[in-house]
Amino acid sequence: MTQTAVGRIGQLVARTDAPPKVKGEFAYASDLIVPGMLWGHTLRSPHAHARILEIDISEAVSMPGVHAVLTHEDVPGEKRYGLEFADQPVLAIDRVLYYGEPVALVAAEHPEQARRAAARIRVEYEPLEPVADMTRATELPDLHPEKPTRGHGYREDDRPNVVRHMVIRHGDPDAEGDVSVSGVYEIGSQDQAFLGPESGLAVPDGAGGVDIYVATQWLHVDRAQVAPCLGLPLESVRIHLGGVGGAFGGREDLSMQIHGALLALHTNRPVKIVYNREESFTGHVHRHPAHISCEHRATRVGRLVNVRMQILLDGGAYASSSTAVASNAASFAVGPYEVPNALIESTALYTNNPPCGAMRGFGAVQTCFASEAQMDKLAAALGIDPVELRLLNALAPGDVLPTGQKITGSLPIAETIRAAAALEPPAPEPLPRTPIRLPGGAGNTTRGDGVKRGLGFAVGFKNIAYSEGFDDYCAARVRLLADGSAEVHCAAVEVGQGVTGVILQVARTELGIDDVRLAPSQTSTVDSAGSASASRLSWMAAGAVRDACRAALEERERRPGEEVDVERIYRHPRTTPLDPETGQITGERAHVAFAACAMKVVAEVDVELGLTRVVWIGAAQDVGKAINPQQVEGQIEGGTAQGLGLALMEEIQTRDGRITNASFTDYLIPTALDMPPVESVLIEDPEPDAPYGLKGVGEPPTVVSTAAIVSALRAATGRELVRVPVRPDDIVF
Amino acid sequence: MRITVFVNGEERQADCWEGESLLFALREKLGFPGSKNACEQGECGSCSVLLDGTLVCACLVLAVQADGHEVTTVEGLASGEELHPVQQAFVDAGAVQCGFCTPGLVVAAVDLLRRSPDPSDDELREALSGNLCRCTGYAKIFDAVRAASRA
Repeated sequence: MTQTAVGRIGQLVARTDAPPKVKGEFAYASDLIVPGMLWGHTLRSPHAHARILEIDISEAVSMPGVHAVLTHEDVPGEKRYGLEFADQPVLAIDRVLYYGEPVALVAAEHPEQARRAAARIRVEYEPLEPVADMTRATELPDLHPEKPTRGHGYREDDRPNVVRHMVIRHGDPDAEGDVSVSGVYEIGSQDQAFLGPESGLAVPDGAGGVDIYVATQWLHVDRAQVAPCLGLPLESVRIHLGGVGGAFGGREDLSMQIHGALLALHTNRPVKIVYNREESFTGHVHRHPAHISCEHRATRVGRLVNVRMQILLDGGAYASSSTAVASNAASFAVGPYEVPNALIESTALYTNNPPCGAMRGFGAVQTCFASEAQMDKLAAALGIDPVELRLLNALAPGDVLPTGQKITGSLPIAETIRAAAALEPPAPEPLPRTPIRLPGGAGNTTRGDGVKRGLGFAVGFKNIAYSEGFDDYCAARVRLLADGSAEVHCAAVEVGQGVTGVILQVARTELGIDDVRLAPSQTSTVDSAGSASASRLSWMAAGAVRDACRAALEERERRPGEEVDVERIYRHPRTTPLDPETGQITGERAHVAFAACAMKVVAEVDVELGLTRVVWIGAAQDVGKAINPQQVEGQIEGGTAQGLGLALMEEIQTRDGRITNASFTDYLIPTALDMPPVESVLIEDPEPDAPYGLKGVGEPPTVVSTAAIVSALRAATGRELVRVPVRPDDIVF
Repeated sequence: MRITVFVNGEERQADCWEGESLLFALREKLGFPGSKNACEQGECGSCSVLLDGTLVCACLVLAVQADGHEVTTVEGLASGEELHPVQQAFVDAGAVQCGFCTPGLVVAAVDLLRRSPDPSDDELREALSGNLCRCTGYAKIFDAVRAASRA
């Protein structure tokens, strides 16, 4: 769909995709229908760890309506793929390593026929003991003895099941303080729970190639993984963006892309695959569950002296982006504070639990929860106001991070903290009151006798864009047409975050015209945009579109009256890897830039029933420059909601590696009754290296809100609350 | 079996297997993909439609149960290019991000405002609590419904 926008940078601009979305006319990947289309279905492993002895498809292939039943033997090219390391089979070969791992595929006339045929595929498994406990993973049999992540510049670590082990040594890791506080924290596994399930349509082109219309986060990296498995050159695989119903990291890894293409090429018919909700829970990676031990040492007046943290992250069965998550968790472990000494150890592990990878906040969520709990604990131990303690230690430009990187760009931590702290929470509501305003809502049958109110605070930060030497770039192509209009091509993926609006605002601003259209995102008309992740895409796409627009105007000056068609690639300033032994920078910076958010939270807890209610959240966010203030607020409100979910209700539960709550009946996400009003303040301190000074805004609120909400629950209950999601039992018993 | 459903005022027919939901029939057979398939077990409200004027999850209604009945989907709310006031308010308030929940929320909000033209905040939250949104944190959705109630 071609899109047109009104409005320029900094203006409140209505989204161009909003009218078709409110009318039900926007085509999501699951809405695609073409004549002659078949339905694909994936048979998945019922075991978290098992050997496959035999797969018998003979009965399934003769079922009504069935056109194909495929196993690993039908994968014509590479048998394995992966976002960063090709360690994951397209279809299980001789073993399965997680519950829900794809084993076989069916294409049939009707989705129910496909499901029923899949149920008739006979797979003989020999169940094996799962590696289910990350804290014991290095003592258990190695699930990946081939060590797929070795040789990529990480620290050598031969222990079984280590995906990446990294250590940051900063200053004197043995430095003592006047006071010390310790804690052990646990973070449950969170699901992205985007509402639009994994979906796509694969259409054979009749010449051996395939077009895949899919909901994804990065078109070109999908192609780079799909084509080798199909045994096809890149140009024979064209990935087109199908409408995306939310992503939050969960669409970085492949879902149906290779599977759909295999079925389509095998049957020579278009094949559509749509996961149901249960399948979606097994069909994408999750947020890493974490186990974090911390010790914070400080002077009597509250200056941090030394932070020591050990972080374990359960990566599940395959690597996905665990190496980068481990690094991010370590890089942001201390929080936005200046500390002269630190010893941070971060280890991502293979287990037979559901695979984990990218989710909004990417490692920084887990460590922010732990380190902000520690800051509250330290404030209590010292008798210092928690906000004052944070201000006393706040990072500022010129300060040095534990990785040795000096802050050179924008990072207004103190201003952000002050702005959030200055927000005035609402007065306590009298009791008794309407039950839906009690903790637990209408389910609370008391008169509010056990309700306590608490005020919490937290601040956090994370990197923007890809780090550690990754060649992070974005392409844009601009055509100036004879009729005076312009057409922009960019493979940037609209996942709901509003990047299409940013692209159009930039193009209109740079070209000085209103008539600008954005062409559909696909791999064949423009180079890669990189991923819709790491809070990077507004920055990167704005840079690429700006550069392409300026080049197009120059070209037009050289050749007046002619049509212009130019493509430009934008790169942010180069980053370099961290030293594998010390975790110290090997160049000027390992992260290109940072963004922060601070939150003040009022929560009520019924301490007798263990029920909670978040009453109000005040947020201040360091946004660089708000390109579209309404959309920035939307990111803050939505990002805060996801952190609230992790704080209070969201956890993928497993038993021996099997997910036991793969539905919205059993995995709860915040509803309209759970979300408090979020009052937000935008701190505009332009990022010098970014186009227009903008910073990505998607992740910081999610990084912080879990920590801030639990801080308020602690204030209300006096409990330590070291684990999220906080359960009623944690409050009552 | 062959069913006849009056969708947004038009008579439509489709051959349905008895196990198919109204949602599947609307999306895949009757040409109304606006109602969304997010959970298909009545938890998320993305498939909210009006069945003879009553708000239902289309995933929990069998297609054959709708035989001979009237269904209003999100596609039936606008008058040509002119959006329904609730739809316009969603656009103006920034209540749409990925938009997958939007059709269900729009239908639920239309239903709410029909029953209660000027809902209190508590009423609003309760009425929309059966519609999950993962992107917005609901704030701008509340803004939109409040604006539509004043329109």
